[in-house]
Amino acid sequence: METLYKELKQYFDVDEFSVQKASLAFLRVPKSQLVSLLTHMKDIRGYTHLVMVTCVDYLEQDSFLLTYLLHNYSTHCDLGIQVSISRQNPVMDGIHHLWEQGRVYQRELFEMFGIDFPGSPDVHEPMILEGWQGPPPMRRDFDTKAYSEATYSHRPRDHREPEEYMKQQLYPED
Amino acid sequence: MQSLYPPIVNGKAVYDLDSQKYIRVWQGPQHPGVTGNMSLELDICGDQVIKCNTHVGYLHRGFEKLMERRRYINCFPIVCRICVPEPDTNEYLFAAGMEELMGVQIPEKAMWLRALNLELSRLASFLMHLGGQSGAFGMGTVAQWTIAYRDYVLDLFEELTGARIYHMYMTPGGVRGDIPEGWIAHTHKVLDGASKLLDEIKHVMLNNAIFKQRAIGLGVITPEMVDHYGIVGPNARCAGLKRDVRKDNPYLIYDQLDFEVETETAGDAYSRTCIRWRETHQSIDLCRQILAKMPPSGAVHITLPNVLHLKIPAGQTYVRAESTRGEYGYFMVSDGSEFPRKVTVRGPSYSHAMALLEDLLVGVNIADVAGLMVSLHTYPPEIER
Amino acid sequence: MSDIEIKDNPDIKSELQTPPEPGYSEWRKDENTLYNDGLPEEEKDWFCDARPQKARKSVQVIENFLNWARSQSLWILAFGTGCGAIELRPLVTSRYDISRLGMQPRPTPRQANLIMIGGYVSIKTLKRIVRSYEQMQGPKFVVAVCSCAINGGMYWDSYNTVKRIDEYIPVDVYVTGCMPRPEAVLAGFNKLKELIKAGKAEGQNLYIERFDWYKENQKKVIKDWNMPDYNW
Repeated sequence: METLYKELKQYFDVDEFSVQKASLAFLRVPKSQLVSLLTHMKDIRGYTHLVMVTCVDYLEQDSFLLTYLLHNYSTHCDLGIQVSISRQNPVMDGIHHLWEQGRVYQRELFEMFGIDFPGSPDVHEPMILEGWQGPPPMRRDFDTKAYSEATYSHRPRDHREPEEYMKQQLYPED
Repeated sequence: MQSLYPPIVNGKAVYDLDSQKYIRVWQGPQHPGVTGNMSLELDICGDQVIKCNTHVGYLHRGFEKLMERRRYINCFPIVCRICVPEPDTNEYLFAAGMEELMGVQIPEKAMWLRALNLELSRLASFLMHLGGQSGAFGMGTVAQWTIAYRDYVLDLFEELTGARIYHMYMTPGGVRGDIPEGWIAHTHKVLDGASKLLDEIKHVMLNNAIFKQRAIGLGVITPEMVDHYGIVGPNARCAGLKRDVRKDNPYLIYDQLDFEVETETAGDAYSRTCIRWRETHQSIDLCRQILAKMPPSGAVHITLPNVLHLKIPAGQTYVRAESTRGEYGYFMVSDGSEFPRKVTVRGPSYSHAMALLEDLLVGVNIADVAGLMVSLHTYPPEIER
Repeated sequence: MSDIEIKDNPDIKSELQTPPEPGYSEWRKDENTLYNDGLPEEEKDWFCDARPQKARKSVQVIENFLNWARSQSLWILAFGTGCGAIELRPLVTSRYDISRLGMQPRPTPRQANLIMIGGYVSIKTLKRIVRSYEQMQGPKFVVAVCSCAINGGMYWDSYNTVKRIDEYIPVDVYVTGCMPRPEAVLAGFNKLKELIKAGKAEGQNLYIERFDWYKENQKKVIKDWNMPDYNW
């Protein structure tokens, strides 16, 4: 994986290379070079399988970290290509022309994080949430507990402590 | 008759729904022909599908959000709920991801027990699928046999782990307990019966003329499509590609077991069923191998520090395992606190049920929609989590 | 609506004799009419806007016989709404065999009179459950299986699942557990049979009695209400 990183370094501004295990490494790439790097990896390096696209919300750094995980079936290695985008105006280039399933991931990312992918088919149509009116739910600042308590009525809880209650029921004289 | 079908412009059919030549029908979510709780929006001309939109999200619970606000050990009860017929893969992957980030090694006996549990759950899931596949083509008999027999495999789980469906057996640091007395003899009995049942299924289902006529040539997956759509597992193997996580990236003790990757070349629904039938045999064989090679005694788990205050070093990793539907993966990010920063589940159905199914269904007779959908072995909760 | 009711209600009788003219929609705007506000204007005429009526009771002896007959023929709507649906399949096979209880899964709500809520209910599914439940023919019953349908279960803080299903449709029997064993589900069905025989499974009438309350609850969580108020 180190040799691959050194070779990639000649063409792209990749940095923050880290090896997690023998078959898995991560590297960081600027936003503008992502699609060209993915195309390079797919067409020349043999990383033909897009395993998944995911996003981690770093609220404290005010950024989203997108991870594109690629798999090479001849060497059985994974490479996670990460790109950090601004949280204020989250717009990213689509990869639906490289992999057909990319558009599904992009629809999900738009719905769950509010990251826009201009040009991706059906990206603004609701996929999972129907009639959702709140903020994108997977964002770090969305409080699911507060939302759930405000929206749904909960069944009143039995406040007896199970341990005490069972002790009273089973051994009342103790 | 040709003029009835809409003209194709840029690979998409162009038509007007108000012209009364085309009908839009919904299949699902309340429909016996869809796998699980999802729906297909089909535009049909005559009895042929010309466009399909899949709608998912009926089972969305927001697992990835819920896991962000639970401690690692509290995540355990909910990860197995992601996939109901085969929950062990989720348990194993979450435990494996945690162990990798913590840098701990589990005892050898625990590895064998985990592999045994994974294979048994593969067997149960395959039995359910074979029944569903024949049921989708109108043969309820095989479904009655296999789902009834699956109960005996669930009995094994109950004896070993205490639960039928959600086992929560593979805890971080090993497994919860050792094999109870008499369990191995019971297992051999169930495995023998399963292989006998499979031979009967071959006679009734795979050699059945009607089944062959309907399944051969239905929903062909070509090798070029595999990477483009991200197809994994038996759906990729039916196109002739030797892809199996257990061989490619061996985990647990799979490198010590003797098995071959099953492939077919036709790529249609019939070859997918054949592969799954052979892999069920393979799972039975692997269970027997594991029972024979497993060390008779040894520790089954290591002692972790107090799991309620367990902090995991910062890092990120991706772990994968082979489920019945193909590569299952967990991407875990830890920021050094007691709560996971992010856990992303890569379910194999994600690519199969959305992009691939929409394209494969075009041109299919509406009676075969259910059969094609089941033959991809999709499972909706993995898609929306 | 049966003949007797038409005779009792002079308004409906007169309208049936004279076929409605373009101004006909005015006579329907009384307290027995639903407004169907969620539908677009051009679709309002496609759907029935009558309010559902409570089932009429007969003589007690006949009612007892009918209840016995109802309890012997419960047909389950095969709608896998959640995890609990996976225990419905073993129930049909030879080991548990619910056919001996006169039960079987049916593919369409028109043929079913028992809906089994299998576990957690997301908002998107709740809309379909309400629709399927209202389309079922009466007398109809609801069995809520798994703890998630009762109090939210382990998704108590999830943003997308309802916490108690009995605020949206009336539930006759609860089966607790995650996941309940098939025996537990069978016990729940037997309990439901006892209730029906005793004439206590009145969920359908409760739904009609408190119709406005149920609708209010449903519309509170289903934000894009685009179906008729009652799906006949």
